[in-house]
Amino acid sequence: MNTKFHRLKEGDKVQGAEIVCECLVRQGIKIIFGYPGGANIPIYDALYRYPSLHHVLVRHEQGAAHAAEGYAWATGNVGVCFTTSGPGATNLVTGLADAMLDSVPLVCITGQVPSGLIGTDAFQETDVVGVTLPVTKHNYLITRPEEIVSVIHEAFYIASHGRPGPVLIDIAKDAQTGYAVFHYPRQQDYLKEKVKMKATDDEVVKITNLLNSAQKPLIVAGHGMLLSGDGKTLLAIAEKQDIPVTLTQLGLSTIPTNHRLYMGMPGMHGNVAANRAPNQCDVLLAVGMRFHDRVTGEVANYAPQAKIIHIDIDPSEIGKNVKPYLGVVGDAKTVLEQILPRLKSKKNQEWLSQFTAWKNEEKVKVFDKELKSKKLKSAQVVEMLSEETNNSATIVADVGQNQMYAARYYSYRSYNSHFTSGGLGTMGFALPAGMGAKSGDPEREVWIVIGDGGIQMTLQELATIVQEKLDLKIALLNNNYLGMVRQWQELFYKGNYSEVKLKNPNFQKLCEGFGIPSLKVTNQNDVRKAIRKARKTKGPYLVEFIVEAEENVFPMIPAGAGLDGMIVCKEDMKK
Amino acid sequence: MSRDLSNIIIWSKNKPGVFFRILWLFRRKRFNIESATVGHTEVPGITRFTITVTGDKDQVRNMCKQVHKLIDIVRVEDVPDEKLVSRELAMMKVGVKDKEEKAEILRVLEHFRARVMNMTKDSLVIEVTGSEEKIDAFYENMKDFQIIEFVRAGRTALYK
Repeated sequence: MNTKFHRLKEGDKVQGAEIVCECLVRQGIKIIFGYPGGANIPIYDALYRYPSLHHVLVRHEQGAAHAAEGYAWATGNVGVCFTTSGPGATNLVTGLADAMLDSVPLVCITGQVPSGLIGTDAFQETDVVGVTLPVTKHNYLITRPEEIVSVIHEAFYIASHGRPGPVLIDIAKDAQTGYAVFHYPRQQDYLKEKVKMKATDDEVVKITNLLNSAQKPLIVAGHGMLLSGDGKTLLAIAEKQDIPVTLTQLGLSTIPTNHRLYMGMPGMHGNVAANRAPNQCDVLLAVGMRFHDRVTGEVANYAPQAKIIHIDIDPSEIGKNVKPYLGVVGDAKTVLEQILPRLKSKKNQEWLSQFTAWKNEEKVKVFDKELKSKKLKSAQVVEMLSEETNNSATIVADVGQNQMYAARYYSYRSYNSHFTSGGLGTMGFALPAGMGAKSGDPEREVWIVIGDGGIQMTLQELATIVQEKLDLKIALLNNNYLGMVRQWQELFYKGNYSEVKLKNPNFQKLCEGFGIPSLKVTNQNDVRKAIRKARKTKGPYLVEFIVEAEENVFPMIPAGAGLDGMIVCKEDMKK
Repeated sequence: MSRDLSNIIIWSKNKPGVFFRILWLFRRKRFNIESATVGHTEVPGITRFTITVTGDKDQVRNMCKQVHKLIDIVRVEDVPDEKLVSRELAMMKVGVKDKEEKAEILRVLEHFRARVMNMTKDSLVIEVTGSEEKIDAFYENMKDFQIIEFVRAGRTALYK
């Protein structure tokens, strides 16, 4: 352990607040996203004496949670937030729920009213443990300074081990100000009985036999694959047997998009090949994914003919949505490493040629139309962004149409370079999350792809970005609509555009107010120029792209339909 | 009470809020709890819950995995009836008009091996243990008398 930044020695008697900061230092934390208030002032007072902990002062606690998520995603470490009691803590809830659904490790430390006042409806008192219980992996209430060390130690372990998730620690103000003797706990395995990493020998044999005898195998890999460390093992398996690979939205960038075996993203707005293949394959290897409804469509019609092998670290995911032929609890990479040496080499030209046909269908019906359109399309912006950034930037996508364009048209080549709010679909996620990603890993070129609706949900974080002098770029896809809802209204609600038209602010002036340089792009010819200008400018930069107002994301599987109900393009819909 | 019950036995660390976490999860997964009993065990610091629910067996199985994910939970099992000895305790306060009625009540109690825990001039407090069926039957037999209060503690169980 690097002890350079330690301030406390074993046996020192200090205030709880100081113990909090010392524990964070010892967990290797360098950045905290937070907001001070009445019930956590003692922690901020201690923080003042810990220069190695850089604090990012967000403008709203929700921003702190999403920023911590972006940080965790970019660095692989646990993201940390500080907020005060009551509203400070309740403002975290959306971020916690987001992290819970997308398995992002966070430790959020909230101040609570003094223990004597808990339960009295005191000023800024909320039952934070009660409120956050459904949206955290675990949570704690600390009322005595002696408890702080062990709880923080355990919290970091729980947040980052097994299936990661958010942990909240609510600390009463008197536990922050009270004194306790500092003893740092030894490392221990808090989840020993609960986390199974490896497949059993029997399971390994079964998986290998299934794959070795498969004629039309398919891999669907998700966030668990990305989280387990690298895409190389996955690729090695795919290459050894010529298995086509599809990546769920949160699994994007696990393997390079331009790899010959990469067949796209499955799901509601996924790629044609990735949505056709599940209902034609004979063995479906699902790894580190959870058969989310946006991935499967109507679950009863999902791959009914296939023998599904489901590998996931969370035992409760096995059989929850789709009943697998073989369910294996274990870490994605670890299990794949176990099976790799037992797989025989195979070629699969015939099966792969089917994918070429599907890909071609999508090219003709979707890509060509989007990319060759004379009007400025979001797809064009994202594609040009991909080219201009050598396909190697980190894309932090918001929610809605912009998110789908970011997922579909950026060509991800570097590992772990796509972040978004997949499970919860939190509009406004991208601005603070991109900020957190850039803070945590300044070497990355971070581009936030966001819509005009989403950006106004967490707009205030532009101030944080400026205060932190982050070299961060924002691609604002502005169609003056809540585009995804408008698309549904157009396609499924008789074109009744109910409350989706936005009278937007002048984003250029807004940026000027925040001190962020910006450009507005209204035609195709200026897209690349603007991206280049943004990249050349040191510091934050926003490019507003005025995209076609009523564009639709295709293909689309309507909500509730099965994979066979996929609509490839609008013309197909009229048939 | 439906007979298609699953017995979920849960061992947890004795920490504040554990019961709340378990109950929240049952509600979240839309299970209606039929009965729940909880108490200390032979192992210090370990609390044992016996919870009965009705519902689809697959969903119950998944429910158990979800419960096991809770950090403070040590072990969860969905145990078939035949592997368990289970009992329920019930208590009843019944009004007594006269000696004749009292004698009649006592005869019913004898049949069900129920015990009188408190006796006043005009009422009895009765304790009865047994299977849910036995307690159902006991209640049926007592309905003709003046039941003032009736409470069932819920199923608790040990492995055979």
